[in-house]
Amino acid sequence: MLYLIEQCLNGIQLGMLLFLLAAGLTLIFGIMDLVNLAHGSLYMIGAYFAATFAAATSSFITGAALAVAATLVVGMVLEVVAIRRLYGRDHLDHVLATFGLILFFNDLVRWIWGPAGMSLPLPMEMLTAVEVLPGVFYPAFRLVIIAATLVVAVLLYILVMRTRVGMLIRAGASNREMVGALGINIKLLYTLVFGLGAALAGFAGLMQAPILTVQIGMGENILLLAFVVIIIGGIGSIRGAFVAAIIVGVMDTIGRAFLPDLVRTFVSAGAGSSAGPALSSMMVYMLMAIVLVFRPEGLFPATSK
Amino acid sequence: MADALLIVEGLTKRFGGVVASDNVRLDVARGELHAIIGPNGAGKTTLIGQLAGEIAPNTGSVQFDGRDITALPVPDRSLLGLARSFQITSLFPHFTALENVALAVQAHAGHSFRFWRPAREESVLREPAGAALERVGLSHRADTLCASMSHGEHRQLELAMALATGARMLLLDEPMAGLGPDESARMVKTLRQLKGELTILLIEHDMEAVFALADRITVLVYGRTIASGTPTEIRANAEVRQAYLGEQEAVSHV
Amino acid sequence: MSGLFTPRNVMVAAVLVLLALMPVYCALTANTFLMSFFTRVLILGMAAISLNLIMGFGGMVSFGHAAYLGIGGYVFGILAKEGVTSGLIQWPAALLICGLFALAVGALSLRTRGVYFIMITLAFSQMAYYIAIALDRYGGDDGMAIQRRSQFGDLVNLNNRTFFYYLCFVLLLATVYLVWRLVNSRFGLVIQGARSNERRMRAIGFPTFRYKLVCFVIAGVICGLAGVLLANFSDFINPSAMNWIRSGDLIVMAVLGGMGTVLGPLIGAVAFLMLEEVLSRFTEFQGLILGPLLLAVALYARGGIDGILMGLRRG
Repeated sequence: MLYLIEQCLNGIQLGMLLFLLAAGLTLIFGIMDLVNLAHGSLYMIGAYFAATFAAATSSFITGAALAVAATLVVGMVLEVVAIRRLYGRDHLDHVLATFGLILFFNDLVRWIWGPAGMSLPLPMEMLTAVEVLPGVFYPAFRLVIIAATLVVAVLLYILVMRTRVGMLIRAGASNREMVGALGINIKLLYTLVFGLGAALAGFAGLMQAPILTVQIGMGENILLLAFVVIIIGGIGSIRGAFVAAIIVGVMDTIGRAFLPDLVRTFVSAGAGSSAGPALSSMMVYMLMAIVLVFRPEGLFPATSK
Repeated sequence: MADALLIVEGLTKRFGGVVASDNVRLDVARGELHAIIGPNGAGKTTLIGQLAGEIAPNTGSVQFDGRDITALPVPDRSLLGLARSFQITSLFPHFTALENVALAVQAHAGHSFRFWRPAREESVLREPAGAALERVGLSHRADTLCASMSHGEHRQLELAMALATGARMLLLDEPMAGLGPDESARMVKTLRQLKGELTILLIEHDMEAVFALADRITVLVYGRTIASGTPTEIRANAEVRQAYLGEQEAVSHV
Repeated sequence: MSGLFTPRNVMVAAVLVLLALMPVYCALTANTFLMSFFTRVLILGMAAISLNLIMGFGGMVSFGHAAYLGIGGYVFGILAKEGVTSGLIQWPAALLICGLFALAVGALSLRTRGVYFIMITLAFSQMAYYIAIALDRYGGDDGMAIQRRSQFGDLVNLNNRTFFYYLCFVLLLATVYLVWRLVNSRFGLVIQGARSNERRMRAIGFPTFRYKLVCFVIAGVICGLAGVLLANFSDFINPSAMNWIRSGDLIVMAVLGGMGTVLGPLIGAVAFLMLEEVLSRFTEFQGLILGPLLLAVALYARGGIDGILMGLRRG
C-alpha cells in the first residue's frame, strides 16, 4: 500500500514533467500550427545548461534559473533563425526540418559537452525525505518538482486566460490576420511563444536531470510520451494537456512498478525482466489508440477555431 | 408533389446557439431549375452541405428519388446521382482538365480497385470525360493543367465534373461567384442548355441570372424558408421584397 | 520526344547502371565493404519507395514506417529461431503479419488527419518497438543473432553475397515497376486525388477511406519485404530497427530524392546513405552538417534532388 502511494506520487511527478513539455508543444502547435520534433532537444539543452551553470556557480537554484533563461534565449534565437521560416508550410516540412534539428542538436551537445553525459547533484536540503502521510516518506526533491510544476501550470493558465498577452495568444490561435491587422507585432509574439515553450521544456529537463543522468538523446523518449499526451488531451488545449499528462504519467509509472510482478505470476519466473516495463510503455500507446477510436480529436478538443 | 425528385422536410441544424437551418422544407420537381436565394448568412451553404451529406442535420429528413438519404454518406449520394459543385473552386490542380473530369467518370464506373492498367489511357473514362467537357465548352482546354486555367474555366470545369458523374440532379453552390460579365453569360448559357435535361438546385447571388433561369425560387432568410414560387410570384411577394430583395438591392448599389 | 536525355533521366539511368554493376566492381577490387554498403542502400531504397507510395502519392505522412522493417525482420528471425528455416514459409508469413499490422494501424490512424496522423503512426510504431523489447525469448532490448538465412532449396543460396545483392536489386526493380503501375492505375489516381482534394473525391463519389487503407497496407507489405531482406542480410534483428529515428531516416530519403516520382526515393536513399558514410569519414559530428542540410531541403528544395534536376532542364 505504501509502495502504491509512493508510485502514484512518482506518476504524478512524471505527469508534471510531461505537462511542462506538452504545454509548450501544444501552445506552439495551437498558435503557430507547427509540429516541433526538436522540442525534446530543448529539454536536453535545459538539462545540460543546468548541470553546467550549477557546477559553475555551486548553486542549484542559481544554475536552474540561469538554465531556464538560457534555454529561453536558445529557443528565441532558434525561432528567428530557422523556425520562423516554417510557419504556414506543410507539416511534412516541419517534420523534416525539426528532425534535422534533432540531429543537429544531438551532435552539437556531443561536440560541446562530450559524449559522456553529466550529472546534476542536488543541494543537501533537497536530498531528505519528507513524511507526506503518516509512515510514508517521499523524497523532498520530487515534491519540489510537483509543487514547482503546479505553480508553473497555474501561472501558465493565468497567462493564457487572464492577461493581455494571453488574449493575443488565444486570438492568434483563432485568427492570425485579425491580430496582425490590429497592429500587434505578430512576429514578436510568435518568437515569445516559442521561447516560452523552449523555457518550459528546458525547465522540465533540468527538473528531471537530478533524477536521471543528463545525456544525449534524453529528450527523445519523453518527447514521444509528450506527443501521446497532447494527442490524448486534444492538440492545442492546455487543460487537456494537463489532465492527459497526469493520466499518462501515473499509468506509465504504475505499469512499470507493478506489471513486471504481474507478468512474472503469469509467465514462468525469471522471464518478464524487460517485458514488464515494455508492456507498461505499450499500455500508454494502447490508451491513446482507444481514445482515438472514440474521440479522434482528443479528450478536450481546442474549441477556438 | 408526386413528381418531386428531392424533398426536404423539417430540416434543422444548430451550431451551438446559432440556428443555421430552421425547419427548412423544400421540394424540387424532376427537370426543374430551382433557385435558392437569400441574404448572406441565410444558411444557404449549410443547406447544401446537408443535402450533399457533409453536415448532419439535427432533425428533419432529405429524400432523393423516393429514398430517404438523410443518413447516407457523401460518396453514396454522389453514386445515387446527386452531384454538387463547390462555392470555392475545388479541383485537382495537378491534373489536366480531362483528367479531372475522367476522375469523376471513374467514380461512377464501378470500384477502383484496379491496380494495373494505366487509367489515363482508358477510353471508357476519356470519352465520357471529353463529352462532358464539350458540353461546357472546354474541349479545347482538355490537356491543359487545371492549375493554369482561369477562374471562369474552373467554374465550367466544376460543372463538367458534376455532369460527368452521370448526375440526375446538380447542387450548384454559387457557380457564378467571381465571374466577369462574359464568363457569367457563358455560364448562364450552359445552365440553360442543361435545364430540362437535369434537375438543378441553384444557389446564386446573381439575381439577374436567377430570375432568368429559375422555374421556381425559394427564399431563405435566417435559415427559414419564407417563400417559394415562380419568379413572378416571388417578385410580387411583399414579405420577400421587405425581408430580402429591398435589402439586396440596397447592398448591390453600394 | 526530345525529353529522353534530360539531366534527370541521365541521373536515374546512371544510378541504376551503377547499382547494377556494383558487384562487378567489388569483385574486381575485392571490396566487400562497398558491396554490403550498397546492399543496404538497395534494401532501404525499397523501404523508402514503399513509404513514398503512401506519403508522396497518397499524402499520408507516416512517421512509423520503420515498424514494418522491424516486423518483417522479427517474423523472419522468430521463425528461424523456432526452427522454421524455409523462406517459402518465412517470407509469406512476414508479409502477412506486416499487412495485418498495417491494416490495424491504418484503420485507426486514417480516421485522423494532418498532424494527428503523423503522431499516431509514430506512436503505433513505438508500440511495435516496445513489443519487440518485451520479447525476452528473442533477445529483448539486445535483439538476437539469426543463425541461418532463409532456405529456398539447393538452387538459391542467400549466403552468396553477389547472389544476395542481385536478389535485392531484382526485387527493388520489381517494386519500382509495381508501384509505377499502381500509381498510374485507376487505384493510383484515386489515391493521388485523395491527396490533392479528399473532400472533392468524396463528393464525386469515391469512398476514399477504403482506397487509402488498401494503399497503406500495400506500402506496409512492401516495406515488410525490405525488412525480411535486411534481417537476412545482417543476420541480426533488434528493436532499434523500428526506432522512430529510423522512420525519420526513411522520410528524409523520400523527400531528399523527390516525392513526385516512383524512383525519387531510391535516389534519395543512395544520396542520404552515401552522404552519411562520407561525412562519417571526416567528422564524428555528422549531425552538425546533416541537420542544417535537412532544414535547407525542407525550406528551399522540397522537390528534392529530382526537383533540382527537373529545374536544370528548364534552365
